Amino acid sequence: MTQIVLSSVSKRYPGGHDALANITLTVETGELVFITGHSGAGKSTLLKLMAAIERPTSGSVIVNGQNIGTLRARGIPFLRRNFGLVFQDHKLLFDRNAFENVMLPLDITGYDRRESARRARAALDKVGLLHKEKARPIALSGGEQQRLCIARAIVHRPAVLLADEPTGNLDAEYATEIGTLFSDFNQVGVTVVLATHDAQLAARLDPRIVNIRGGRLVA
Amino acid sequence: MRAWASAHRRACVSAFARLTATPLANLLNITVIGIALALPLGFYVVLANLQGLARDFSPQPEISIFLVAEATAADVRVLELRLKSRAGLAGFRFVPRAQALEQLKSRSGLADVAAGLSGNPLPDAFVVTAGAGDAAALETLRAEFAAWPKVAEAHVDSDWARRLDRLLAVGRYAVLMLAAALALALVAITFNTIRLQILTQRDEIEVAKLIGATDGWIQRPFLYFGGLIGIAGGITAWLLTALALLVFNNQLGTLAGLYGVPLKLTHLFWADSLFALLFAAGLGWFGAWLSVRRHLSAHNPS
Repeated sequence: MTQIVLSSVSKRYPGGHDALANITLTVETGELVFITGHSGAGKSTLLKLMAAIERPTSGSVIVNGQNIGTLRARGIPFLRRNFGLVFQDHKLLFDRNAFENVMLPLDITGYDRRESARRARAALDKVGLLHKEKARPIALSGGEQQRLCIARAIVHRPAVLLADEPTGNLDAEYATEIGTLFSDFNQVGVTVVLATHDAQLAARLDPRIVNIRGGRLVA
Repeated sequence: MRAWASAHRRACVSAFARLTATPLANLLNITVIGIALALPLGFYVVLANLQGLARDFSPQPEISIFLVAEATAADVRVLELRLKSRAGLAGFRFVPRAQALEQLKSRSGLADVAAGLSGNPLPDAFVVTAGAGDAAALETLRAEFAAWPKVAEAHVDSDWARRLDRLLAVGRYAVLMLAAALALALVAITFNTIRLQILTQRDEIEVAKLIGATDGWIQRPFLYFGGLIGIAGGITAWLLTALALLVFNNQLGTLAGLYGVPLKLTHLFWADSLFALLFAAGLGWFGAWLSVRRHLSAHNPS
């Protein structure tokens, strides 16, 4: 049961730029939530606050009953293991192949090697990349890289999937494919929070939509 | 527990992989560390050998007891009996004043001096060979003799052995200081090596942290790497020292042959060698730990 509760959250970056102001938002377990808005509206910051990549300047972010603002540094890794993160820039490691990229989260949690390999192949199969498990990310297309990033995000079966512009640089066909993937995960009970400015995607999947503009919620 | 062991095994394997990934750079590093460690190690070996030599060659210490000038034959007899009954002495001999003067005359350069003397200014003396005993025991013995009746003064004749002992102690300090300085260098070298590694693996560290790796998990391969570099440097130092001894002993053999004494420097015993290796590994680990602590905190959330 992973619930995310933001109360009156503000984030000000050094230099005085207010990325978010007074955001109050609850994401319930099993929800499919789209955070929409123009680029620069604060979508990414919102996701970063949820995953404890950044701490709020004021207000509280509570994940699983733990307050991210006051969480000690050594507790953060364990909190993050509840999440699967899909990054806009993929953040794949180019010095290893697709299979090894997907193995990384399991290595980190100290999973049994054989069980890890089985799960990694299952995750690759799920995103349709099993036949490319030996390929380096550099040899994959943009859509394939995005799917590989998704495989890495789901391989440890997280309760929550956080995705930042997962269809950002993809053409419509790829975007549909990836949208369907997220919808599938949500069907089996995974909470999905997705930041996007892709209106088509939102229209097709019928999620709960949270619109932000200039760092504030728009009703 | 099994997960813990496998995490360490994986870290170790990954450290080995990093070692072989850039063989030339690491080989150079290891050589530098090896040479830095070989210096104090070599000095230590020479010192340990000198100490052994000093122990072997040092004659049994002697104490000279000089009697007062007006001592009579009866006094000499009393003292002789007293020395005979004194336990713990290896032996003693009596040197009458006349004999001492003869000895003085026979010594080149001093004959003229002796001839110029109107009488015999030298006292009767006993030369006592003490049994086993360190400097402190000798000193108490000397004080005891000096307090006996009719004894003017008593001298310990093994000052040179004591001086050598002090000299070796100074040498030990010098080696210690050298070792400390070069240990610092080793720590600095691993610190910098690990810093460069962290820079080249920034992506991996960042991603690992984002998906829930603990600091311990990220640090471990670096720490193992530091330890490995240290051990490899230690082995290099040991081998360099062994090589130097081999060459040195060759030359020393020729020299020793001329004097008819067996002279040969021996390498460290295995226990000392093991200690040196562990010490080097510990330093490497420490350098890596400092570096990792310094450079990983940058990825924490703000």
